[in-house]
Amino acid sequence: MQAASDSRWRVIYDLRARAIFYQVACAAAVVLVATFLFKNASDNLAKQNIATGFAYLWREAGFVISQSPIDYQPADSYARALLVGILNTIRVSALAVVLATIIGTLVGIGRLSSNPLLARLMMLYIEVLRNVPLLLFLFLWYAIIVTTLPPVREAITVLPHVYLSNGGFVIPSVAWTPSLTGVAIAGVLGIALAVLTVRAMRARRIATGIERRSWPLATAAALAPVAIAVLILRPTLDMDWPTPGRFRISGGAQLMPEFVALLVGLTLSASANVAEIVRSGITSIKKGQWEAAASLGLRRPLTLRLVILPQALRVIIPPMTSTYLNIFKNSSLAIAIGYPDLVMVSNTTMNQTGQAIEPIALFMLVYLSLSLAISVFMNWYNARVALRG
Amino acid sequence: MKATTKKLLLAGIAALTMAGFTAPASAQATLDAVKKRGKMICGVSQTSAGFAFPDAKGVMQGFDVDICRAVSAAVFGSGDKVDFLPTNINTRFQALQSGEIDILSRQTTQTFSRDNSLGLDFGPAVFYDGQGMMVAKKLGIASAKDLDGAAICVLPGTTTLQNLADFFRTNNKKFESVVFENTDENRNAFFSGRCDAISTDRSDLASIRAVASNPADYVVLPETISKEPLAPVVRQGDSNWRDIVSWTVYALMAAEELGITKDNVEQKLSSQDPEVQRLLGVTGDFGKMLGVDNKWAYNVIKSVGNYGEVFERSLGEKTPLGLTRGPNRPWTQGGLLYAPPFR
Repeated sequence: MQAASDSRWRVIYDLRARAIFYQVACAAAVVLVATFLFKNASDNLAKQNIATGFAYLWREAGFVISQSPIDYQPADSYARALLVGILNTIRVSALAVVLATIIGTLVGIGRLSSNPLLARLMMLYIEVLRNVPLLLFLFLWYAIIVTTLPPVREAITVLPHVYLSNGGFVIPSVAWTPSLTGVAIAGVLGIALAVLTVRAMRARRIATGIERRSWPLATAAALAPVAIAVLILRPTLDMDWPTPGRFRISGGAQLMPEFVALLVGLTLSASANVAEIVRSGITSIKKGQWEAAASLGLRRPLTLRLVILPQALRVIIPPMTSTYLNIFKNSSLAIAIGYPDLVMVSNTTMNQTGQAIEPIALFMLVYLSLSLAISVFMNWYNARVALRG
Repeated sequence: MKATTKKLLLAGIAALTMAGFTAPASAQATLDAVKKRGKMICGVSQTSAGFAFPDAKGVMQGFDVDICRAVSAAVFGSGDKVDFLPTNINTRFQALQSGEIDILSRQTTQTFSRDNSLGLDFGPAVFYDGQGMMVAKKLGIASAKDLDGAAICVLPGTTTLQNLADFFRTNNKKFESVVFENTDENRNAFFSGRCDAISTDRSDLASIRAVASNPADYVVLPETISKEPLAPVVRQGDSNWRDIVSWTVYALMAAEELGITKDNVEQKLSSQDPEVQRLLGVTGDFGKMLGVDNKWAYNVIKSVGNYGEVFERSLGEKTPLGLTRGPNRPWTQGGLLYAPPFR
């Protein structure tokens, strides 16, 4: 009798048991609240005769999206329209991430330059871009593009067949054929081969101490597969020349002003953040590292590349992740200047179907999962460059 | 613990998404709620010249606004017992569904799917509109069918985008759509030449043209590519409230047919015409049947005038919009306005 009540008390005082109890209680509370909210919302919607569910996704969208990386017609479904929106969001934010990283790194290094003019200019760049809301900049870039450039009918002919107007920037493009895909694959293969060659030669240099030039062999490795592919597949280059029509220029590769304004806005604003992150990363490296590198006879650019940046990277990566996430999320401001991103397509869908909860839930889910994907990738990269031991 | 955090996050998202819908007003008895509150709340556009816009004193004016004032006069005897709430294209139906507004009077087209999937009911059409296109005069275009390959500025959603896609598909032509959430951005893109044409309801085209630096530079193309019967909207399931809104609109139309105006309504009280007598509550008890004052229609006409006066005041040829009555004439003059008899 005594023993039984003892063991019962022991369970209550057991830390592990308590931890499990709290977690179960917490999870149950969350599930309960979520169920209540879900049921409440669906009951209320049913009571008000408001359509619910995701069946609308397979109905015909019936609206035009003018910028689409995949084939899309108004007769396609809402689901496909949504996919176009997702792809447009990814396209503009991926490009902005790459450009912002490059520009931001250069600006950040320039900000630390011993040349006062350069350092001050970079500081001005950073402060202006960091301290004004992105939305205002988007309106500004878009207004600049649309009001300073002439309408399409009076497009500036930059070079023959290259047109610039407020309807976009148009250049001739190559009509894509299967044999060109073959050449492109060969190109990727060549780059991979070149990287492998350089690595092998570096390993050999470290092992033997004999330095040989690696670039001739690497170039050969990169070009050989392409040359073979061209000889075998014999691709023909069918140019797609832009031709001015009555209203718009058709054909060629087109850069729309909405896309450009959004890309420029996202890139510049984020590059200022990147610059500050890079600067803080570099200044976090102790002066001794510079001095040690100098005493080994390394010049400043080499010191930066071989000694400072690899160490600074560890400080840089985590805040960089949040900058990348910001770029991705800020791309939803596209709606202000007419770029058909995920939010805009969802908005149109909401209007046409009259269903609000489902499209919003869907685009939140997409943003959440893509953001988590970016985080996972950056965490992996962070772990890779982190100090081990 | 990490998993729990994620779940909490998801629950938070769900809560935020649904928060707007957790407290729906009862669809029944809007009239009681309005009377108890002492005023009604009317959802209108943010700014739409001619339909709803604040005047120099900050008082809302316009066609849609007057429809609400008319309903207010029917319920309270005065056209001033109404608050105007600006709604945007995206939230207008939710505002009505959730009970934030009692009536939506916002250039809203009645369509099958809106009527049957949104939990809403439409009153009679107060303005027969249709989607048109406007271009710069210097383009020298005479027909919308000549717009093959053109870039067209549109506002998102509504029925505009679909109508446009349908029109170009049936005519086997292509166009590039440039979509703006904001009406000002939309106009500016058109005026700056980013788009060759702008497309929306013809009444709206007139108000866009009215704000151009030189309205004469722009021309509305002859094609009307859709039917847009604009009607006031109420919640489904409250037929009394819907009747009040519908018959207030009919009273405006009937008053024009019967020659009753804001100025002569007083004399008309002594008219010998039995329909006029019934309408103005001199005989019969129509008001009681609706659950409002017996002189409801008299109050409506006294505060906003008849349909023709409401139209001319905000949209007519003497206003910057300069719209002709077109189909919005009484059926007796070959128009579409047809009020059921007050009998």
